[in-house]
Amino acid sequence: MTTPRTIDDDTDATPRDTLDGTRVGKGSDIGAIATIRRGLALSPEFRTGLPLTLALAVISTLGRIVTPIAVQQVIDRGLSAPGGPDLGLVRQIVLLAIAAVLVTALAGYLMNVRLFTVTEGGLATLRTTAFRHVHDLSVLTQNTERRGALVSRVTSDVDTISTFMQWAGLLLVISVGQLVVSTVLMAFYSWQLTLLVWGCFLPLFLLLRHFQKLVATAYTRVRERVGEMLAAISEAVVGAPVVRAYAVEDRTSERIDTAIEAHRQSATRAQKIVALTFSSGEIVAGIATAAVVVVGVLLGVGGDITFGQLVAFLFLITLFVGPVQVGTEVLNQAQNAVAGWRRVIGVIDTPADVADPGPDGIVLRRGPIDVRFEHVSFGYPNGPRVLHDVSVTVPPQSRIAVVGETGSGKTTFAKLLTRLMDPSEGRVMVDGVDLRDVQFGSLRARIVMVPQDGFLFDTTLLDNIRYGRPESSEADVSLALTELGLAAWVEGLPNGLSTPVGQRGESLSAGERQLVALARAYLADPDLLVLDEATSAIDPATEVRVQRALEGLTRGRTALTIAHRMATAEAADEVLVFAAGRLVERGVHADLVALGGGYADMYASWTAQRASRA
Amino acid sequence: MPERGLDRSVLRRGFAVLGVAIREEPRIFGIALVGSVLFGAMTVGNAWVLGRVTENLITPSFARGDVAAGALWSAAALIISVSLLKAVGIVLRRLFGGIMVYRLEATYRRRVTRQYLRLPLSWHHKHPTGQLLSNANADIESVWFPIAPLPMAIGVVVMLVVAAVALVLTDLVLSIVGFVVFPTIIGLNLLYQRYLSPLQTVAQQLRAEVSEVAHESFDGGLVVKSLGREASETARFAAKAGELRDAMVRVGRVRGLFDPAMEAVPVLGVLAVLMIGSIRIESGATSPADLIQVAYLFTLLAFPIRAFGWVLGEMPRSVVGWDRVRNVLDATGGFSYGARRLPAADGPSRLDVVDVRFSYEGAEVLHGVDFAVSAGTTVALVGPTGSGKSTVANLLVRLVDPDTGAVELDRVDVRELEPGGVAGAAALVFQQTFLFDDTVRGNVTLGVEGVSDEDVWRALRLAQADGFVAALGHGLDTQVGERGTSLSGGQRQRLALARALVRQPRLLVLDDATSSVDPQVESRILAGLRDSTAPSTVVVIAYRRATIALADEVVYVEHGRVVDRGTHDDVLGRTEGYRELITAYEREQADRLALAEAETSGG
Repeated sequence: MTTPRTIDDDTDATPRDTLDGTRVGKGSDIGAIATIRRGLALSPEFRTGLPLTLALAVISTLGRIVTPIAVQQVIDRGLSAPGGPDLGLVRQIVLLAIAAVLVTALAGYLMNVRLFTVTEGGLATLRTTAFRHVHDLSVLTQNTERRGALVSRVTSDVDTISTFMQWAGLLLVISVGQLVVSTVLMAFYSWQLTLLVWGCFLPLFLLLRHFQKLVATAYTRVRERVGEMLAAISEAVVGAPVVRAYAVEDRTSERIDTAIEAHRQSATRAQKIVALTFSSGEIVAGIATAAVVVVGVLLGVGGDITFGQLVAFLFLITLFVGPVQVGTEVLNQAQNAVAGWRRVIGVIDTPADVADPGPDGIVLRRGPIDVRFEHVSFGYPNGPRVLHDVSVTVPPQSRIAVVGETGSGKTTFAKLLTRLMDPSEGRVMVDGVDLRDVQFGSLRARIVMVPQDGFLFDTTLLDNIRYGRPESSEADVSLALTELGLAAWVEGLPNGLSTPVGQRGESLSAGERQLVALARAYLADPDLLVLDEATSAIDPATEVRVQRALEGLTRGRTALTIAHRMATAEAADEVLVFAAGRLVERGVHADLVALGGGYADMYASWTAQRASRA
Repeated sequence: MPERGLDRSVLRRGFAVLGVAIREEPRIFGIALVGSVLFGAMTVGNAWVLGRVTENLITPSFARGDVAAGALWSAAALIISVSLLKAVGIVLRRLFGGIMVYRLEATYRRRVTRQYLRLPLSWHHKHPTGQLLSNANADIESVWFPIAPLPMAIGVVVMLVVAAVALVLTDLVLSIVGFVVFPTIIGLNLLYQRYLSPLQTVAQQLRAEVSEVAHESFDGGLVVKSLGREASETARFAAKAGELRDAMVRVGRVRGLFDPAMEAVPVLGVLAVLMIGSIRIESGATSPADLIQVAYLFTLLAFPIRAFGWVLGEMPRSVVGWDRVRNVLDATGGFSYGARRLPAADGPSRLDVVDVRFSYEGAEVLHGVDFAVSAGTTVALVGPTGSGKSTVANLLVRLVDPDTGAVELDRVDVRELEPGGVAGAAALVFQQTFLFDDTVRGNVTLGVEGVSDEDVWRALRLAQADGFVAALGHGLDTQVGERGTSLSGGQRQRLALARALVRQPRLLVLDDATSSVDPQVESRILAGLRDSTAPSTVVVIAYRRATIALADEVVYVEHGRVVDRGTHDDVLGRTEGYRELITAYEREQADRLALAEAETSGG
């Protein structure tokens, strides 16, 4: 899609394809080693007591070698001793082995506990860091990604790392260790047979890389299909009223079935690859064993190795095959884990375009606020310019109305004013200070914007209203509602202030949600209030009442309202008229009508509508 | 959430769920089982073959210092054949185990989503989106999780029996050691499951909660940002993430103990066998080859026997998931359809709303709403925010049914109409626009057959959407994105309107459906509706004067009751509430003028 769009006039329209801000990083350009290094840096917990954990891991690995050695020693030196079976030696070796097994188990337990504690701690930190960073990203960046996908960055992506670290990662270390140790031991018994075993497995190792790619691709596909399937199902759930009202159940279930079937097929395909990969290890193991028997017997006949050595060697092959098979499985997990880690790191390393200056920033004093736009222009990265050279001063305690056609730049103006975005050129000054230099805490306390869609959290009405000021008491909230003239409405709800509002506030009507959002902003008590069509679903009588209280005539608040309703403009101290990204007219309503420009046309059309009947 | 005292019943019910799976896919399960049995038999066979090779080939060859080439090659062939058969077993077991799991998942996903589409909206209201999604995804996954290792576990049983026979045949005394080791392993597994499953259930629940917090917080990102609540949101998330961490560490302690124990027990078994075996060799009761075979059997069985653990360990999650899935599948909605069709006559419908009462979550919100709209006329439903207008709109197109009273289209109770009957005659345009992740065309036609592109363009024109659609890159074929995110609010509303208009409904219900559209555009839409060649009966919910002006009659509601009805002028003259609502802006303006004058004259 390449057409310019009117993203401007809509608070939640997402310009995902062309007009995006900095995209949420996928981390796909980070190499595996760099991923791991960066990941370890992000979760310092991972390194807590690492030497001891590693030491325990080494003990664990060595412990696994004990059985075959013991078996070999028992057979070769105990049972097949030249002077007849040596019972004392057998008993000694077995007792030593039992002690070793117990030490191994203890070391394994301690290592597991340490590993779990450390990794879960580190991953909780990683999750929280990524979560916070998502909120710190600019609105534009947040909108480059579906919300569900962002959630997966702090949930399932992190979970894949957790699974890998606690289960697979350790197995990988142990497997590699076991491969090395068993190779050394095998070589100790017979270097010829060792070469033979490696000769059998080498092609498999070489093929493994290729298999890994196949597996990784297959699993990536599965993950994509899961996403598509969930999107299809969620559409049917979220859009249930539309599906019902238009009786399109059959079509909807067909769409879902297609997604479900696509997922099933991709999962089955992945399973096929994994099953075939896994079984190839088994075949190679059989070939290697057979080869060892043949060559071993020939060597034995020639007197190069003893009976006990060959038997021990056959045991060692089992020891060698095990880690190969486990390793194949583990590498699959590793693919997932590194991919997951990359996605989490991708989020964390995405620059926050609109950044908090932090402690060095300026704290604004409370009180009447004035705003000055100095030659402000704004264009989306890679997109057209949507606001051109706007210079305007909003005096303290004034009531400003912003009007204009869809796509005229109204919402961009509001977003720059509240620093949801930063200007491409020029600057926005508040109380004589560049908005970019103001600490976020101070900025958000003094300037509050109410968007059109009043998002509510799934809790009570009370908690939603005091969201911006959690320290408020129930009495404060009641007082605010009374001042807004909404007390009667709340009393009419089944449980008053304790009424749960449901997910996203969906137990309430759209108009009621807007009332809550407005009450929330009122209680937050900002010095500059920006309403972005925040009353579009509220009845006029309530709207007038609420807006009057909100604008805080008595309190000296500066208020800026974006509205379709011309009544708002009529009542404002000053009207700003936007057209095609420019501030084209400004002044009081009567003057603008007299001017006979675009505003006068808009007003005429509105009054014509009104007059058409009443 | 069941937590305590579930051990025995979980096992019983867990096996019942497995039974369901086997009944659903008997053939595939059979093939996977054959694979497992083959794998099991060949694992034991491998040990047996190696034992025989040692006894009959290696030992004599070493003793004689000579070997027959034929015997050597047949031994090699035997070992490789056993491996090949074992590999075939692995492929059959894993592949068909997987196929079975994915088929079951797909089957139940289809059933669950069919239910979502079938169940009434009142049911949907009680079940949050997140929950329904996790029913269809994570819950179904966890139900069938134990299926993958199930054939393996059953194969292990076969293996154990074969191994037991082989052990007894080889050496009775040594086999007794085996009979001690295997029950120990099974006992360990049961113990593990008993301690771990409640912990894992808690962790699973917390995992869902972490996801819920993140989802809600990101969803409300704009509010979080504009009120500067990032720090408290992070604290809220960190608290949940911390709970999950602690729960996982508790899981880790149990698992951390279990894993080394599971590894140690078979090893200790082998060592015991060696100890006892060496004594028996000394006394001549057994041969070195027999001892090797027994020791080998033990090492091989130690790993597969854990498949039991996988099946048993996943059972509690499976049962919990099954309960959640059954809750959906067994839900009964009181939504039944009749068999009546509306008279085939074209043209606008007559609408009667007869003394309708409706409750939402136990509280009555409509208290006997009663009005009629004669065919072809337009009625404006007006009332303050929260007075029940949207509920009436939902009743008109039968998204919900009244507690008492009735909604009638052409004198037929909508509950008596056949499925799809109401949607065939009436269309509602919602206050909250919903678009599908589809093309513009798909969103307008919603797959209805026989709608030509000309029809679509005509509807778009009427909804004042033809201009921007024509400007989109691919016109009618443009994908609108998830929930239509690539379009603005006003554009989305106009597409939703076109969706209703293309059906040429006999009753059109507009629930504040043009609130995001510019006044100028709205007035063109309204003019188009009025002059349309395919007239409808229209019920319009609106606050804007111009919209109300379109109506022949006004029905004014307050607190779920019809307070007045009549022409705009009559109601305006009679009813205080309506007058206040309609003239709010003018009075506001007058107040301000008065205030300004007072200030001027005062100052």
